[in-house]
Amino acid sequence: MTAMDDNPQHTDYVTFSTGGQIFGLPIARVQEVFRPARITRVPLAGAHVAGVLNLRGRIVTAIDMRNRLDLRACEEGLVPMAIGIETRGESFGLLVDALGEVLRLEDADIEANPVNLDRKLASVSAGVHRLDGQLLVVLDVDRVLDVGTEAAA
Amino acid sequence: MDDLLREFLTETNENLDRVDSELVRFEREPNNAEILGNIFRLVHTIKGTCGFLGLPRLERLAHAAETLMGKFRDGMPVTAEAVTVTLSTIDRIKIILDQLEARQKEPDGGDEDLIDDLGRLVHQTRPAPRPAAHQKLEEVEQSEATERFASHRSDDERGDRVVSHSIRVNVDTLDYLMTTVSELVLTRNQLLEIVRRNEDSDFKVPLQRLSNVTAELQEGVMKTRMQPIGNAWQKLPRVVRDLCTELDKDIDLEMRGADTELDRQVLELVKDPLTHLVRNCADHGIENAAERLAAGKPAAGTIRLNAFHQGGHIIIEIADDGRGLNVARIRAKALEQGLATEAELAVKSDTEICNFIFVPGFSTATRVTSISGRGVGMDVVRANIEQIGGTVDLQSVPGVGTKFTIKIPLTLAIVSALIVESGRERFAIPQLSVLELVRASGVGEHRIERIKDASVLRLRNQLLPLLYLKNVLQLGDSDGQEGFVVVTQVGSQIFGIVVDGVFHTEEIVIKPMSSKLSHIGVFSGTTILGDGSVIMIIDPKGIAQSLGRVAQSTRDDSSDRDDREEAWADDIVSMLVFRAGSHQPKAVPLSLVTRLEEIDCRKIEISEGRHLVQYRDQLMPLLRVDMQSSLKQEGGQPILVFSDRGRSMGLVVDEIVDIVEDRLDIEVSSERPGVLGYAVIKGHATEIIDIGYFLPQAFTDWFHRRELSTDQLQRRVLLVDDSAFFRDMLAPLIKAAGCHVVAVGSAAEALKALKSERGFDLVVTDIEMPEMDGFALAEAIYAMPNTAHLPVIAITAMVSADAVKRGREVGFHDFVAKFDRTGLIAAIKEQSSDIDRAA
Repeated sequence: MTAMDDNPQHTDYVTFSTGGQIFGLPIARVQEVFRPARITRVPLAGAHVAGVLNLRGRIVTAIDMRNRLDLRACEEGLVPMAIGIETRGESFGLLVDALGEVLRLEDADIEANPVNLDRKLASVSAGVHRLDGQLLVVLDVDRVLDVGTEAAA
Repeated sequence: MDDLLREFLTETNENLDRVDSELVRFEREPNNAEILGNIFRLVHTIKGTCGFLGLPRLERLAHAAETLMGKFRDGMPVTAEAVTVTLSTIDRIKIILDQLEARQKEPDGGDEDLIDDLGRLVHQTRPAPRPAAHQKLEEVEQSEATERFASHRSDDERGDRVVSHSIRVNVDTLDYLMTTVSELVLTRNQLLEIVRRNEDSDFKVPLQRLSNVTAELQEGVMKTRMQPIGNAWQKLPRVVRDLCTELDKDIDLEMRGADTELDRQVLELVKDPLTHLVRNCADHGIENAAERLAAGKPAAGTIRLNAFHQGGHIIIEIADDGRGLNVARIRAKALEQGLATEAELAVKSDTEICNFIFVPGFSTATRVTSISGRGVGMDVVRANIEQIGGTVDLQSVPGVGTKFTIKIPLTLAIVSALIVESGRERFAIPQLSVLELVRASGVGEHRIERIKDASVLRLRNQLLPLLYLKNVLQLGDSDGQEGFVVVTQVGSQIFGIVVDGVFHTEEIVIKPMSSKLSHIGVFSGTTILGDGSVIMIIDPKGIAQSLGRVAQSTRDDSSDRDDREEAWADDIVSMLVFRAGSHQPKAVPLSLVTRLEEIDCRKIEISEGRHLVQYRDQLMPLLRVDMQSSLKQEGGQPILVFSDRGRSMGLVVDEIVDIVEDRLDIEVSSERPGVLGYAVIKGHATEIIDIGYFLPQAFTDWFHRRELSTDQLQRRVLLVDDSAFFRDMLAPLIKAAGCHVVAVGSAAEALKALKSERGFDLVVTDIEMPEMDGFALAEAIYAMPNTAHLPVIAITAMVSADAVKRGREVGFHDFVAKFDRTGLIAAIKEQSSDIDRAA
């Protein structure tokens, strides 16, 4: 998944932070970024589903990444951003705290998940990149969207 | 895939469908030269094109078939065997074509069996002294073979002339157009919404124009997707013909309205259900020739298909003139499978009982044939039709035939929906399932009443179970006196969905739900409203299921009870349990109770030793269940209100305990007046209160009651009364006397029941009924040969000398006052023993 760029040596990542952690998504899987507006709550959906919204006539299912990744709640008043993903004909929007820049990283530098990584994070992480002073967790888009369809209790 | 090959496949498939229907016609009119010519040309075209494209296996087969068709064209008699072999050939061609489409080359293997059969038929039946004809044919073929390409082209040209104004468009293109137009409609709606907010907008006029153009475009695109329903019928003549051979029946298929157009998506989805229904008619409906002749019908049965438009819907009728559904067997089967209780069945009309055939797993066929009777099918038919927002109904008259009526929307893309609010969120409810809207409030006419945890609304004498959308969607708790009740129908179930507010109706485009949400059964899709927001579409079926869960859980409690052979044993009834006087719980059938009220004690008046209360501008008498119970001195006094024909009576109770759905086994009958007996309800010995005892006390003109006797044999009694109250009261009474009761609400229904069901021993009818009264009913019963012998007992609230005189003239066997139960039981007993003597 990480090697979808033309250059097999590099992969470009859209980076974002949520719950204080930095993440990267391979740019080839990202359709667009947008500011989500008027999210309609969906009753009985799991807590990871923030709702549905209308993006230029398309219906997008918004995924609350903080809930999905089991991270702590963000500070009050933060306006989330959304990363648009298309998969199997459906549109999703990953709600994140803030967007970062696009980074080109060497594929060779990626390191395996540390064994003590949080279970939930480990299940969606495709590896870790070491940046200056912080770690970037590379997310596997398909595994992020592979959420159970269990209803809210 | 090669363009030429694709074109060939599309065209050949179309031609084959046409050949199918032509061949069946051909068998019936073997001398029709025109049909013969058509079939020959079609087979010939297939053969010619195959040669051109290099498909040797297909070519050989088509050639063999063509030779035989050529013989027929030259005057050889057409035999049924020949038609069968030709049809098998066409089936084989289809198989080869399917493989060709999948793998782009012909499958391995040969068709020697069929080619031999075809050849044998050519030689076997060829009249010996006609070598010249044979020669001539050979020549024709020779020349045709050389002109294959040319003739193929000329066929095409001929086609062009007929359809010079049409082009072939890929279906995906049309679907895409439809989606795009739907989006355009939504965007237009959004723009209109914005302009509506800004009165003096410059956009107003051009937007109006855009709006009109969009509407026209939408209509135009819809039209491109329209196809005549005949396309879905094409295969049916062949299906029926094959069934005739297999079942050894003779069936004509009549098709009317084949040019009625509907959306191709709908058409595709309705194809299989239609075929299944036709197969069912042929297999179960139509009798064999001998049976038909014995019943005085023509030997050949008829299946009629009829399609027409009716107000935004298309109606398709499938009717046969066969034996009709066997109501008795369906009833028995429903009982056996635990789909309904005897009591539930007793009050169902024949049509309602017939509808059990749509329940999954239901099949009455004692033998399993290859055609139908495997218990799959009818439920799938209904599911498929409901999936596209349609309905299927059936009417059946024993000995006359069965008619299925399918009602489907013209198009699936856009539906009308009611936009409602619940828990500050908006939802859309498809209009198709909405019957009406009722505003419920704490005071007014429509009040939401509460019986323990269940909320109900009494609407026109029907207790409507209610569900709060807020609770179903877990959007918080509803205290629920105020709100709107969306009266909804799913199948035969009617219930109310309580919402906080109702906005308006809107045409919405249904968009499929995300796969991450599709597990939520109460939603069927999403849509974008005119203001641009996304809302969820409620699936009434999903809501109904949560209603079913509630009902199911209470029913499970009683399922392990042993089946006592008591007169009432099979009846699961809703009982209202209450306390009055003693500690022992008391109960009455819920269906008898009109309302539950709590009245202010200060409003209770005493007049001539009777308690009365002002209730809906009338003085309503209040009765106590027994002398031990007393009225409260202050606060609210709970009462059960029983009403009939504008008169009400209140029964004073201490508290309402519960509503229980349970078998009613009256175990010990009571000597105490006012108590029918005792039954165990939820583990407590409960007194079953006899409302019939209290009514005459409340009003002097309601008649006096004496003891009832219960030593009757199992008689079938038809009870006719327009008042549900008296039906509910008298049916258990007659049942308790050991008879089987079917209760109906009008004389017309009674006559229908008598016509469709045999085996009634006795009719008990009310005199005063709207439209057709008891006198007229009796006259009608005596006029029909097979019911002329039936004893008819009249029941009436007013016994006047005049009425008795007229009753005698009409020929009533007995005349009983409505509350004279002993008299009624005695009369039933007397008439029954008369039957016994006669038998």
